[in-house]
Amino acid sequence: MENIRYDLITALPELFIVCMAMFILLADLFLKASNRIYIYGLSQATLLAAAYLTFSNHAPSVSYAFTDAFVDDAMSDVLKLMIYLGTSLIFVYSRQYLQLRNMFRGEFYALVLFAVVGMMIMVSGQNMLTLYMGLELLSLSLYALVALDRDNARATEAAMKYFVLGALASGMLLYGMSMIYGMTGSLNIADINHALMGETKNHAVLILGLVFIVSGLAFKLGAVPFQMWVPDVYEGSPTAVTLLISSVPKLAAFAFVIRLLVQALPTLAVDWQQMLMIMAVLSIVIGNITAIAQTNLKRMLAYSTISHIGFILYGLMSASINGFVYAMFYVVSYVLMTLAGFGIILLLSRKGFEAENLEDLKGLNQRSPWVAFLMMIVMFSMAGVPPTLGFYAKFSVLQAALQAGYLWLVVFAVLMAVVGAFYYLRVIKLMYFDEPADLKPIDAPLDMRIILSVNALALLVIGLMPQSLMELCIYAVTRSLS
Amino acid sequence: MLAYFTQHLLSFSVWTPILSGIAVLFTANDHKPNVTRWLALAGGILAFLVAIPLYTQFNFADGGFQFQEGFSWIPAFNINYHLGVDGIAIPLILLTSFTTVIVIISAWEVIEKRVAQYMACFLIMSGLMVGVFCALDAILYYVFWEAMLIPLFLAIGIWGGPNRVYATIKFFLYTLLGSLLMLVAFIYLYLKTGSFELMDYYRLPLPLTAQVLIFLAFFVAFAVKVPMWPVHTWLPDAHVEAPTGGSVVLAAIALKLGGYSFLRFAMPIAPDAAHYLSGFMITLSLIAIVYIALVALAQKDMKKLIAYSSISHMGFVTLGFFIFNNLGLEGAVVQMVSHGFISAAMFLCVGVLYDRVHSRQIEAYGGVANTMPVFAAFAVFFAMANSGLPATSGFVGEFMVILGAIQANFWYAFLASTTLIFGAAYTLWMIKRVFYGEIANANVAALKDLNKREFLILATLALLVLALGVYPQPLTDMTNASVTQLLSLLAQSKLPVGL
Repeated sequence: MENIRYDLITALPELFIVCMAMFILLADLFLKASNRIYIYGLSQATLLAAAYLTFSNHAPSVSYAFTDAFVDDAMSDVLKLMIYLGTSLIFVYSRQYLQLRNMFRGEFYALVLFAVVGMMIMVSGQNMLTLYMGLELLSLSLYALVALDRDNARATEAAMKYFVLGALASGMLLYGMSMIYGMTGSLNIADINHALMGETKNHAVLILGLVFIVSGLAFKLGAVPFQMWVPDVYEGSPTAVTLLISSVPKLAAFAFVIRLLVQALPTLAVDWQQMLMIMAVLSIVIGNITAIAQTNLKRMLAYSTISHIGFILYGLMSASINGFVYAMFYVVSYVLMTLAGFGIILLLSRKGFEAENLEDLKGLNQRSPWVAFLMMIVMFSMAGVPPTLGFYAKFSVLQAALQAGYLWLVVFAVLMAVVGAFYYLRVIKLMYFDEPADLKPIDAPLDMRIILSVNALALLVIGLMPQSLMELCIYAVTRSLS
Repeated sequence: MLAYFTQHLLSFSVWTPILSGIAVLFTANDHKPNVTRWLALAGGILAFLVAIPLYTQFNFADGGFQFQEGFSWIPAFNINYHLGVDGIAIPLILLTSFTTVIVIISAWEVIEKRVAQYMACFLIMSGLMVGVFCALDAILYYVFWEAMLIPLFLAIGIWGGPNRVYATIKFFLYTLLGSLLMLVAFIYLYLKTGSFELMDYYRLPLPLTAQVLIFLAFFVAFAVKVPMWPVHTWLPDAHVEAPTGGSVVLAAIALKLGGYSFLRFAMPIAPDAAHYLSGFMITLSLIAIVYIALVALAQKDMKKLIAYSSISHMGFVTLGFFIFNNLGLEGAVVQMVSHGFISAAMFLCVGVLYDRVHSRQIEAYGGVANTMPVFAAFAVFFAMANSGLPATSGFVGEFMVILGAIQANFWYAFLASTTLIFGAAYTLWMIKRVFYGEIANANVAALKDLNKREFLILATLALLVLALGVYPQPLTDMTNASVTQLLSLLAQSKLPVGL
């Protein structure tokens, strides 16, 4: 009895959000359309309360629950808090967009909250099945969210593509997990690690399983050569959903990689390092070069995401504590940048008008110097130009890679970063050097404007003082992995 | 308060222009641009005044870093906010602050759209460039170095000529490519020493291969900025399209960032590689001096001509660095400061004509001296200085470098001196075609001579060029101790013992 109580308390934030999501789904049935704003308020309150629960439950030590299938450590708590923060920003940025497009419904909020729970389980999973369950909860919610605007053919197509490819990836992941299970006789992360110590005779089977696991992970991350779904899904989804897909799930995916590769399979590090290396280099090349050819802003950011994933893999492939810290720093920076970037796209959209082409940014400096300035910070940050956060993100992962001895890969990455800078500069060129084609004033709620400004300025401010964020990542990773 | 100020002189020099730039941004109102202009001017002058104690309180006998200040900035990477200057940096800092004032005045009536953004761009850029000259921590330096690209990128792109987008993106990508390789070198050095402190790098022994690779990474970054032949092609484009202020800052200061960085980073960190590659560097410098001077001769666009002339003159600077003697190095520093004044003045002169006729082509003019006699006097004076006439500052630097080069090798000096002929040829030929002869067309006939504002800035620059040409001692006194110390640093091999 005592055990169950302990288990429940450890997973309290997850349980709380699940209950609230179901309550929201029910409550929505009894609310008039004009009162939907309460659903929004309730969702935000849920995240806030969950943040409180996570924060107050936090201890620097590692605690396990549900017969070691679930873990509560520093990394999971920090990432969960980031997930709440990111999701809360998504709610703020997407509210008006959804209202104007008749998508402001209870389902959206319930599905996003379910996705949040999925991410939390991915972050806290300590057993391959738990991890897989979290991933599926996240993915299924996302498939449904992409198709939320069900009369939109483009969105439906994107959802279909996402679903089919995602299911394939899940299958590969599961297959890989089953092989590892066959070799070790356990699904528990720590037990697998233990069983593989000194294991040499079944190396080939293990590697085969590893290949499947890494492919599945790469699919979910959107790393080359498993990136095909990314641009189509980004473009086809309603921008509010793109905002979600492109941002917080990467935090969960980071933890997922850490749990599976670093905690379960450190004995195979030499093998997965090589796989990550190939994917990292290809992602940076394909992401940066293909982005140049895009005219659609969402597609461009999709390719930009692929290249960022490449840089994150640079940190992970170093296979050192430093590398993981810096990869986490990169992921957090990436999420902040993406939230601000897509937030600005949402800000520029109006009723009946989607600001999704690069052309729509033309002359933004003359329409609204402030928004143009914010977007400029985001673009320079994505390009990795100091004094923005993106610079330290790139700087630190490259440092980790150099420390691991990948000198020429680092040189290659910086050359590709120059290629990448070109398309970010093009956005700035459109905003600052061109004459506006569209003079309609920007209409957005005050809370969104303020929070978006804080979000984008944070890229500059943290860029000037990155120490606290870095310390947080060091704390999270070293406490959980050492 | 005063004590606080004197202890943080460098921080004040860096942040005064940046903060005034931000303040100027908040006065953005194109209907009342004068508020913005006066505020910007006040900020620029204040920034210059703040930098003056660097000269008055400088200890001339000490060749090390003075006015040092710092605190731990990002302990996770052991990055410090560490500032300090020696006798080589201070003249360049003063040059930067001074040029910013000139740029603000020169833009007074010329810039009509988005005045606040223009002024803010140049003020912020000025602070960042001062930061580059006094950062003693590699990452701090890198942040200033890169951040400085952003306002210049915007300045060329927003207020530039018809082909500005191409020029500014080319400029940005070229420079970014170089800088990122430099960043890799910094990270490598960090992994060796565990710190980003420049002083630690000076002491770090490195095998020759590592030194050569580091030197080449720095070389790409700095050679692009100087610019050295053959990575100079962004400069003429950027100059032609930039607004006058942008050209002035580019020529007077931005190019010096590259030269200065060779002295501060590439050479002392990798001295053996610097010696090892000196033949290569000298060859590139001589090609720049001779070949680019010939290219300048063929230009039809005045700004392009001056841009090529800048590259050729910067060739003197790099030549002075890599002959490794006192005279050459000191001459190179004098040449940097002098070129700052002269090229700024030349671009301002083109700006004066461009504001009136809206053409930079030499053939659009002729006989300007008839309608603008005062202006013609200034232009001829600066042209003489540019071609190295004795008693102007242009002569001092070039002469010192040539003397230094003779000590090293007669043929270096011989080739370098040809510029005194070529330089005179392209500059004077341009002057002849633009200013002398019959009045060429109605545009020229309608020209009005300098107004008070233009007269003021050109006269100030002319006085400085003359003063430095007749009495360069204050400048050389300042740099002397630091140059000697730098040379002794360069003379020590850093190869690990036993290899």
